[in-house]
Amino acid sequence: MIRTILIADDEPNILISLEFLMKREGFRVLVAHNGQEALDQVANEAPDLILLDVMMPKKTGFDVCQELRAQEAYQHLPIIMLTAKGRDTDIAKGKALGASDYILKPFSTKELVQKVRDIVESST
Amino acid sequence: MLSTSLVIGVAFTYLLILFAIAYSADRAALKGRSWINNPWVYALSMAVYCTAWTYFGSVGRAANSGVWFLPIYLGPTLAMILGWLVIRKMIRIAKTYRITSIADFIASRYGKSQRLASLVTLITLVGIIPYLALQLKAIASGYQMLTTPLNSTVLYPSHWWQDSTFYIALLLVGFTIMFGARHLDSHERHEGMVAAIAFESVIKLIGFIAVGVFVTYYLFNGMSDIFRQAQAIGHLNALFSFNTPANPLAHIQWFSLLLLSLLSMLLLPRQFQVMVVEAVDEKHLKRAVWMFPLYLVLINIFVLPIALAGLITFGVGQGNADLFVLSLPLHSGYEWLALLAFIGGVSAATGMVIVEATAVATMLCNDLIMPWLLKRNGFGLLQCSDLTQIILWIRRGAILILLLLGYVYFKVAGDAYALVSIGLISFAAVAQFAPSFFGGMYWKGGTEKGAWGGLLLGFVMWGYTLMLPSIAKSGWMDTSFINEGPFGIALLKPEQFLGLTGLDNLTHALFWSLWLNIVAYVGMSLWKQPSARETSQALLFVDVFKRKTHSAPVFWQGQAQVQDLMQLMMRFLGQDRSTLLFKQYAQYQGLTLEQLQPNAQLVHFVETQLSGAIGSASARTMVESVVDEEPLELEDVMHILEEASQLRAYSKALEEKSLSLEQATAELRAANEQLKSLDHLKDDFMSSVTHELRTPLTSIRALTELMLDDPDMEWEQREQFMGIILAEAERLGRLVNQVLDMAKIEGGHAEWHTTDVDMKAIIHQAATSMSASYLEKGVSLQLKTPETVAVLRADADRLLQVVLNLLSNALKFVPSQTGQVTVALKDAPEGITIEVLDNGIGIAPEQQALVFEKFRQADNGVQQGTGLGLPISRQIVEHFGGHMWLHSELGQGACFGFFLPRLAHE
Amino acid sequence: MITKPLNQRLIGWFLLAVSLLNFPLLLLWSHSVTWGGIPLFPLGLFIVWVVLVVGLAWIIERTPDED
Repeated sequence: MIRTILIADDEPNILISLEFLMKREGFRVLVAHNGQEALDQVANEAPDLILLDVMMPKKTGFDVCQELRAQEAYQHLPIIMLTAKGRDTDIAKGKALGASDYILKPFSTKELVQKVRDIVESST
Repeated sequence: MLSTSLVIGVAFTYLLILFAIAYSADRAALKGRSWINNPWVYALSMAVYCTAWTYFGSVGRAANSGVWFLPIYLGPTLAMILGWLVIRKMIRIAKTYRITSIADFIASRYGKSQRLASLVTLITLVGIIPYLALQLKAIASGYQMLTTPLNSTVLYPSHWWQDSTFYIALLLVGFTIMFGARHLDSHERHEGMVAAIAFESVIKLIGFIAVGVFVTYYLFNGMSDIFRQAQAIGHLNALFSFNTPANPLAHIQWFSLLLLSLLSMLLLPRQFQVMVVEAVDEKHLKRAVWMFPLYLVLINIFVLPIALAGLITFGVGQGNADLFVLSLPLHSGYEWLALLAFIGGVSAATGMVIVEATAVATMLCNDLIMPWLLKRNGFGLLQCSDLTQIILWIRRGAILILLLLGYVYFKVAGDAYALVSIGLISFAAVAQFAPSFFGGMYWKGGTEKGAWGGLLLGFVMWGYTLMLPSIAKSGWMDTSFINEGPFGIALLKPEQFLGLTGLDNLTHALFWSLWLNIVAYVGMSLWKQPSARETSQALLFVDVFKRKTHSAPVFWQGQAQVQDLMQLMMRFLGQDRSTLLFKQYAQYQGLTLEQLQPNAQLVHFVETQLSGAIGSASARTMVESVVDEEPLELEDVMHILEEASQLRAYSKALEEKSLSLEQATAELRAANEQLKSLDHLKDDFMSSVTHELRTPLTSIRALTELMLDDPDMEWEQREQFMGIILAEAERLGRLVNQVLDMAKIEGGHAEWHTTDVDMKAIIHQAATSMSASYLEKGVSLQLKTPETVAVLRADADRLLQVVLNLLSNALKFVPSQTGQVTVALKDAPEGITIEVLDNGIGIAPEQQALVFEKFRQADNGVQQGTGLGLPISRQIVEHFGGHMWLHSELGQGACFGFFLPRLAHE
Repeated sequence: MITKPLNQRLIGWFLLAVSLLNFPLLLLWSHSVTWGGIPLFPLGLFIVWVVLVVGLAWIIERTPDED
């Protein structure tokens, strides 16, 4: 069964690289350029996991995470936050809002793939 | 005529009502519900100023001399204008130092001088007796007028025991004792009396206005009718004008009457009693100072009409003008109105008698009789353990004596003078208090000797130039000394002293007595140094507003026993009251009765309490007798004063210090907040920079890893990735440069190469270097510049940086192929304006303010630069004294512009 | 204490009152003219008087308590 991953980031170059990476790993990939698009994609396509950038226009990753967790259907949807801000407060905030994991940019592609695989497999 | 029994019955009933009011007011006060604790009653009680002399005498005076009755009421109006300043200070002093009479006030101010207290009392006594007689006369004549058939002569009884006036006097003694000396109060306050007086003031106003309205609008057709008829009687015209040929110095006489009544308003014993001693709250003064003059206006409106009506009705020179208020209603058959008018007159007279007799009896007792008794240890007084009853009986006796003296004066001299003259003689007597009284309130230099000399000289002059001639003219003395001077010395003629002629008798007497009084007071005060006690009292009086009770200095030193002081107080105030006062005092000090220390404060407290009961001079003597005092030297006074002022200064300094500490704390807190927010800003900046650095690094790392992982990656794919890596690396480099640039500019370390700059050339240079990018996106770039542009002093490279930044920004936001960007340069003498317009997506209003902030890029979905370009551009423009702006609407394109002044820099 | 505005106003009003009620300003009213049937001099005096009292009330009532 092919898993669907939603990648939300406002940096086009990051989107390009992540999309390429995840497709290579055998996932179906959806992309969103801002928070609102991400929410729409979740509603329409029901992804199995979200890679969510924090600093995005329209709605931030925190907003998206909070809104999803407020809905019954997405209580357990795995969300991995990606952020370039390395402050402890940001990490704590992401955790508090219900993010499954937190990855600091720039990240190692292998590490990211491992985390995604762990989460996707444990949720089945 | 009315029957004797009816008049007596009504008058007596009226007095009973008065007593009922007074009694109820006293009862209410005991229960803590004061009837007189409001400005209305206070103002009405001041109207005790209007005696029978006003009620009957004003009309008489108006009938003789027209408007000349008015200064007597205009003077008090003037006094009340300054009332809030002067009377308030009088009240404050009297309340602070338990002063209960005008004699005590003056004596206390000048070192609690016994002889001053006695002298002031004596002057008051001599001056007031005729005034009391006047009130008796008014009631008596009114009574006669009502009970004697019209047109028949009034027959006075030949023996005093047949004389109704004698019984009126006795009745008033009884009333005064009931109102004013029923019990002893150390504050000398009489709630019931004040309530009754206020009621009487209402009755006399009603009575007088009733007659006025009746005469003016019933007997005549209004005021104009009266005046018209009066003018028809030729010589009455003189009543309406100021300058009469007979009196060329009229304005001086007018002025002296104003001055006289102004002073009397403040210094008459009864005024002092109701305004100062009986004052409940000095705040009431604020309203009373204008309500009382208003009362005076009201009660005077009909004086002239009634006087003229009387003259028209009875004929000039016929009938007693003093009694027109009664005779006009009687003449027209309105006996009930005459009776009402009579009750009004009785109100005026009794009100005055009750208050005046109470006030003067207090003075007599405290300042004349008690000191004399205490000094001689009369009746073994010093051994007596409770003197309260004795004091009370002395007061009562004094009231009796006063009214009997008044009666005797009435019998002896009553018919000799018109009412109004008697009043003015009394006024002139109390006016003698003015220099030492007001001097004492406002001038620290006034001394006891000065006050003594001034009062004595003024009193003697008053007696010689005013009182003596008036007695002589009554037929009791040979008048030759008036006409030829004593022993034939013309220069000493009492009414033309030292040959001063032209003034009327009153002005003449007032001038000489007050002038000599002031000269002696000031002269003798300046001549000799005051004693320590005088100095200390002067300070306490003059600066009364500067001190609060608890910080007032206490001028006393020596040894004392609490027990002695307590026993002393019990003797004069009674056991219960003394114990209560001591307990309250101890409580105020935060101590128990046993813990009380016999210090200066306690001695001062006891002396102040005693002052209320027996006057300050006697209190001084009494305290001296039970404590072991050390004489107070001037140096001690200065020392105590200095200590007190140091204490005050300390507490003030402490207050200021704590205030400044508070301020410092607040400033520190604010500074700390600012530091915190600066710290926060720096934190934010670092975080933003980190974010901006990590974002391109993320792509670079991810893509590099992807290529490393897959050596067989297609060439096209690899080329795309390497292009991205290169772009991100360039972005990184740009970012590092801009961050450094920004830091340099903000830190003031940037290098500026200021030269003559041709802005037109710069714009063209920027356009040339951007043309490739514009061409690539298919965006047209238009330049609108004038033919020639004058140079300005700036850094050409930096300005090029600004224009490039604006051009590349614009390029990012315009659509490809249809995008249009215009650069417009406007040259003016004051400077150059450059605007870059685009037809891009525009910027929402709420975002516009943010674009110039670091790392704040507008949310518009278009990938852009570092977020530092615009902030740096703005810094550059501002460095050269210019400013930068943005006009834009969402969807309507944007216009970034900046202005550079020509003269601002260098 | 004279520095307080109320005190200054009262002193000013007092000085004005004294001047209005004395020579020579009083002579302004001293003409044998009647106004509404009432001779000018007593009428004028009463008008000045009422104005002084009303002014005093206005000055003192509109100034708030100072201490």
